[in-house]
Amino acid sequence: MKELWNLFFAFARIGGLTFGGGYAMLPMLQKEVVEKNGWATEEELMDYYAIGQCTPGVIAVNTATFVGQKTRGIAGGIIATLGVVFPSLVIISIIAAFIGNFAHLPAVQNAFAGVRVCVCVLIFNAVTKLWKKSVADKAGLVIFLAVFAGSVLLDLSPVLYVLLAGVAGVVIKQLEVRTK
Amino acid sequence: MMLLRLFYEFFKVGLFAIGGGMATFPFLTDLAAKTGWYTQAQLVDMVAIAESTPGPIGVNTATYVGFTVAGIPGALTATIGLITPSVIIILIIARVLARFRDSKLVQNVFYGLRPASTGLIAAAGFSVVLLALTGAQVDSVRGLLHWQGSIHWPGILLAAVLLVLTRKVKQTKNLHPVVFIALSAVVGIVFRFAGV
Repeated sequence: MKELWNLFFAFARIGGLTFGGGYAMLPMLQKEVVEKNGWATEEELMDYYAIGQCTPGVIAVNTATFVGQKTRGIAGGIIATLGVVFPSLVIISIIAAFIGNFAHLPAVQNAFAGVRVCVCVLIFNAVTKLWKKSVADKAGLVIFLAVFAGSVLLDLSPVLYVLLAGVAGVVIKQLEVRTK
Repeated sequence: MMLLRLFYEFFKVGLFAIGGGMATFPFLTDLAAKTGWYTQAQLVDMVAIAESTPGPIGVNTATYVGFTVAGIPGALTATIGLITPSVIIILIIARVLARFRDSKLVQNVFYGLRPASTGLIAAAGFSVVLLALTGAQVDSVRGLLHWQGSIHWPGILLAAVLLVLTRKVKQTKNLHPVVFIALSAVVGIVFRFAGV
């Protein structure tokens, strides 16, 4: 029971003290998981992190589930995950509850109009970073362009593209094997 | 009933968004267009706040959208919905870690998924560019076919400066995004970006 509390609070600290998730989270994870509590080795943590990146969902959540499950089984996995999302729930709910009172102010509207420009740039940077890891060859480029064009022009759920791309990946690799 | 729907929608986001926080964005754009629960402009503001507060961006955004739709119960429901598929999938993978990592089939599926996920984020980003730089009121990527707006030159100038600062200048490119968000907010206020 005590270990479960430790898991919850360690991951709540990780969630509450890192800005931006992703790579920003690694140093905190190393400190809490490897150095302070010895729940996993450095190598295991990197494995979890790598798999967390390519499986569905938020990377920080996936890593938390991995570490928790290794330490205390299924209950551990769930508790660590709840720990990592707990600060977000509290902080965002407070902000969301109060921001409505200020949304009509001209200064706030102007500020958000400026911030939207920044979000464009942040999304663009995220895409170029992902691009290096995801568009590895011509087939990857074709999938990228097809999904991009499809979702700009057609009224289809993104779920469909994800499913089709998964199938395409298997088919392309099969064809590559056969032509060799 | 609303909460059930919210849970279902965020469960889907958690199941199909691959590659970290920003990967949830195209799904949330689609959700806005489909349900009208919030606008694209609101979503972009929520992403900005999610980037500027502690915690994973994907979780922060889900909490915010949930709160916007149905208050604190909504925030809880959306967040739990988002993480449920992750938890189930990871608990399964953890059991068969070595086999999962070495599986050719899994690798091939992800070979296709990764560029698709990037394509989805790029398309959603494109709609944000239209919103922020032309003032086009599009609630979805598809709305751009009927957009009416004018080019917002100060915004384009700010975007160009931010691109240089976040990608080229050694002293600034590794700074946390919150710095650039704060800077953009100040520029927005000083130069009245919303025109009010």
